[in-house]
Amino acid sequence: MIATATRPLLEVKDLCVDYLTDRGAVRAVDHVSLEVRKGEFLGIVGESGCGKSTLLFAIARLLTPPAEIASGDIWFEGNDLVSMTESELRHFRWKQYSVVMQSAMNALNPVMSIGEQLRDAFDAHQRLTGRQVEKRSEELMRIVGIDPVHLRSYPHQLSGGMRQRAMIAMALAFTPELVIMDEPTSALDVVAQRSLMLKIKQLQREFGFATIFVTHDMSLVSHFSDRLAVMYAGQVVEVGETRQVFADPKHPYTVGLMRSFPSITGALQPLSGIPGSPPDLARPPAGCRFHPRCPHVMPRCKVEEPDFYAREADLVRCFLFDA
Amino acid sequence: MLELPVRPQGAELIRTVGLTRHFRLGGFLSRRFLHAVDDIDLSIHEDEIVALVGESGSGKSTIARLIAMVYKPTAGEIYHRGRPLATVRSRREVLEYRGHVPMVFQDPYGSLSPVYRVSHGIMRALKLHRADLSRRGREEEAQRLLEAVGLVPAVDFLGKYPYQLSGGQRQRIGFAQALACRPELILADEPVSMLDVSVRIGVLNLMASLRRRERISFLYITHDIASARYVADRLVVMYAGQVAESGPVEDVLAHPKHPYTQLLLSAVPDPRAPVSLPATGEVQEPPRVIDPGEGCRFRARCPYAIDECSRVTPRLRLLRPAHDAACHVATSDLVAPAPTERTDKDASLR
Repeated sequence: MIATATRPLLEVKDLCVDYLTDRGAVRAVDHVSLEVRKGEFLGIVGESGCGKSTLLFAIARLLTPPAEIASGDIWFEGNDLVSMTESELRHFRWKQYSVVMQSAMNALNPVMSIGEQLRDAFDAHQRLTGRQVEKRSEELMRIVGIDPVHLRSYPHQLSGGMRQRAMIAMALAFTPELVIMDEPTSALDVVAQRSLMLKIKQLQREFGFATIFVTHDMSLVSHFSDRLAVMYAGQVVEVGETRQVFADPKHPYTVGLMRSFPSITGALQPLSGIPGSPPDLARPPAGCRFHPRCPHVMPRCKVEEPDFYAREADLVRCFLFDA
Repeated sequence: MLELPVRPQGAELIRTVGLTRHFRLGGFLSRRFLHAVDDIDLSIHEDEIVALVGESGSGKSTIARLIAMVYKPTAGEIYHRGRPLATVRSRREVLEYRGHVPMVFQDPYGSLSPVYRVSHGIMRALKLHRADLSRRGREEEAQRLLEAVGLVPAVDFLGKYPYQLSGGQRQRIGFAQALACRPELILADEPVSMLDVSVRIGVLNLMASLRRRERISFLYITHDIASARYVADRLVVMYAGQVAESGPVEDVLAHPKHPYTQLLLSAVPDPRAPVSLPATGEVQEPPRVIDPGEGCRFRARCPYAIDECSRVTPRLRLLRPAHDAACHVATSDLVAPAPTERTDKDASLR
């Protein structure tokens, strides 16, 4: 049970998540393997329905029926998260890892002030006196850049950016090793978004926690994440160093994504996006799941499922790199 | 000193003069007003795509709804081909105007009725707005419209229900319905923000091609400057209910004059830019404009604010060819500054 220096903080191995529906099981996360090292910022990008949020919820053990982990392992510092019971998880959550949800408006309790919600968390996880809770709450608010007077504010009285900061303050309450974030900036404007990203990065440097950051906007994490995993139709299709992936994307889907958003700098180029739309996970295409939309499709892509192939420091799930 | 290629402009379709819309907050007797849109002068020409960019709450959707006659202005006027909209009153005239200037909405999941086939919405629009067509003509036109928005084979799509379509396809149906009225101008309110990244560009390309092939103008409302640059000719940047800056897209991006535009541009995530992260990025939040006094609304966040900014509301000034900004501090790049002040007709509104 003792973590060694070389072991990653979080290890996800061959994780599969199924949604049990009337029509049978729909596999939303299909044999995903990932590693997060201590203090690392891992970005996970993909379109809606690619399974990125389901993957996060599985890692945090927050899945509710009809979703369930079908197979695979999640190791957190040598602890097997998949087999943990709810009461064991209660000691683990918040202190070892915490979650920041996409919509703070829905994640925060609308009839409790921010301070009361923080106090709730402290009461549930740690024995502290009222004075200590107050002091720690004020400290947390300052850390994320909110005036502590807002401890008395209710969620609706805060702006979107401040609500997300309050969520992050709560997530950091017990200085966890890992903070899992599900599109925390998607409801924010670009200015507030950039400000929050810089804040997250600064906190990460200061406190040394690792981050898994899920987003549909690849460009958002380009300057912030250390490594990047690209998901398509429930699978990871490419993973590598962020700058490497941006400089030299390998999987045709990643290449297509890079060609999907216009830039405000450089010459104006006509873009094509990716033809078609992502598949229905209840009936994924045979072979490579991207083959119906792929410009480089080969006969074997339609029948065989590609494995991961190593290229430089990247892993790519595409037959183009099977050599 | 400066010569920029200015696109030859068609006739003016829409002009707003001092367009203002306030919303009363609280009860009927409340004296507090939210200034959603204050004193906007905007024009849209034939064959032109104008992008309206700003943060949420900056008033961009309110402008679209005012032009669509969903809201009535608190003050100011909108002219359609020179005719004030206040004089468009009869049911027939309103219907005709809405056919000329239809709207496409943000949410393709909420804007199509789930219980009707795709053909229903398009045929309804054709029945209402195209009295010249026979039943057979309407069917042919419906197919042509679906082909125009890239949904082929059109016959298949006409028989489908919205749940059988992806988000991008639904949004194309929205455009086909708008096209059914033979519009001059489509008000597109964040048409791609809810779509997947890989299909967004297809819808932007569709707008560009509709302008090219069917000569339709667009008011493209977005918070994404990069997509605005991709399709639009002219950029109008809004802040807190007012126009901060407007001009040809490339010129505004290359030479942003208003500090807010500069802030906005610096915040756009750009993977092609070299990595350099400032230690901290504390910026304040945009104000909710409730009963504002005189002065620049951006001054609290502005690094260049001077005394005057808290006393006098800056007016739009021409600082480069066809490019103006509402800022006391911004400097002009023109050789001989043109007469800068606009008429102060709206001082009484405040």
